[in-house]
Amino acid sequence: MQPVKVVVVDSGVGNLPNAVRGLERAGAAVTVTDRPEVVVSARRIVLPGVGAFPAAMGRLRTLELDVALRRAAGAGAAILGICLGHQLLFEASEEHGHTRGLGLLRGQVVRLPEGERVPHMGWCRVEPRRDDPLLRGLASGPWMYFVHSFVAIADPEEEVATVPFGNTHVCAVARRGRVCGVQFHPEKSGEDGAVLLRNFLSEDV
Amino acid sequence: MPAFRIVPCLDVRAGRVVKGVNFRHLRDSGDPAELAVRYRNEGADELVLLDVAATLEGRLAMLETVRRVAEVLDIPFTVGGGVRGEEDAAALLAAGADKVALNTAAVTDPPLLTRLAERFGSQCVVLAVDVRRGPAGFQVTTHAAGRLAGLEVCEWVARAEALGAGEILLTSVDRDGTGRGFDEELLATVRPAVTVPIVASGGGETPAHFVAAAQAGADAGLAATIFHQARVRIEEIKRALAAAGIPVRLEERT
Repeated sequence: MQPVKVVVVDSGVGNLPNAVRGLERAGAAVTVTDRPEVVVSARRIVLPGVGAFPAAMGRLRTLELDVALRRAAGAGAAILGICLGHQLLFEASEEHGHTRGLGLLRGQVVRLPEGERVPHMGWCRVEPRRDDPLLRGLASGPWMYFVHSFVAIADPEEEVATVPFGNTHVCAVARRGRVCGVQFHPEKSGEDGAVLLRNFLSEDV
Repeated sequence: MPAFRIVPCLDVRAGRVVKGVNFRHLRDSGDPAELAVRYRNEGADELVLLDVAATLEGRLAMLETVRRVAEVLDIPFTVGGGVRGEEDAAALLAAGADKVALNTAAVTDPPLLTRLAERFGSQCVVLAVDVRRGPAGFQVTTHAAGRLAGLEVCEWVARAEALGAGEILLTSVDRDGTGRGFDEELLATVRPAVTVPIVASGGGETPAHFVAAAQAGADAGLAATIFHQARVRIEEIKRALAAAGIPVRLEERT
């Protein structure tokens, strides 16, 4: 199989190399960039990240990567946000105050509800709410590795899958058109995560 | 609630796995990357790589080992052993480790936990605690369990959590290598002191030991020799946990 070209956006916060390795194992030819002109013309983009929302969003703005990502989305590029990258796709976050996000998915990022262990860390079964190309070929409840303290409240129409958290369920996967995000780390989720990454690489663009 | 994790531990010296590795089907039974993938395929949820070298050469070899493991491994792994300060930890994380475990360095310089948590997030910061039973209760030891730190375990883990530790790797020195099971009393004592996950270590040998650890409040169970010598299969442990009603990550057979 020919490697699939993917542009990975360097948002300047942790764990970029592991996301790149996961994509490469899934068959991607990865270009890591922080240059908006590379992002604008990309057809398949991954926005990874571990860390704090305001710092990452600040860096995207400073480098004008926010504009580039919106333009790429408008031009029909497939975009996958991972963990913090997933959260950045939403309209805003309450992490350390209020910060506007990219607004490519509808909803807000909030602190996980109290009364459970936070950070929410470990392997959890993701519960699909609807069919989605990202989840094709996965069992009805794939196991994914989560590490997070904040979570998106997605628009019900855009919520693709949830994960149990205490007595409630929180957003695990969201999508609007070709823009999608996963709260977990597919690059650290063994075979199920690899299937999801390969699904992203085979989406039509 | 996340699944209970089974965590094989690899002792690494100068880029080679040491301590009783006995796999017949590996080309090179001492290669950490090959062994890591083997455990991943057998159902391990996470791995710990422990640097048992004490030399500068050993440390440089460890960074190379971490890079090679990160290249091929698609589950999380923690690196510990001889992490002395912020720059050691930063180098290991940059090489691809998901978490670093601090033991003696955290006791001698507790604010190190905060500096690492602020720089990399508390999910990367594991406090490794080697505990020995004494007349005054459960005591923290340092320097590979060679010295008493003068700290009571609950006091220490609670403080470490407040400083930024995101997980506790709790080893019973008394049980380590005995095969008598994890120290359930230690786990039950420490559990109420912190809200972060606790990885039980030391003495686990049978599936029933892992079930008992989970019931005593552990979020994960670590072992080395039993996996290296193939005395028990990870899947057997997970089946026992599932039968006891404890959530585990078992691949569905479809």
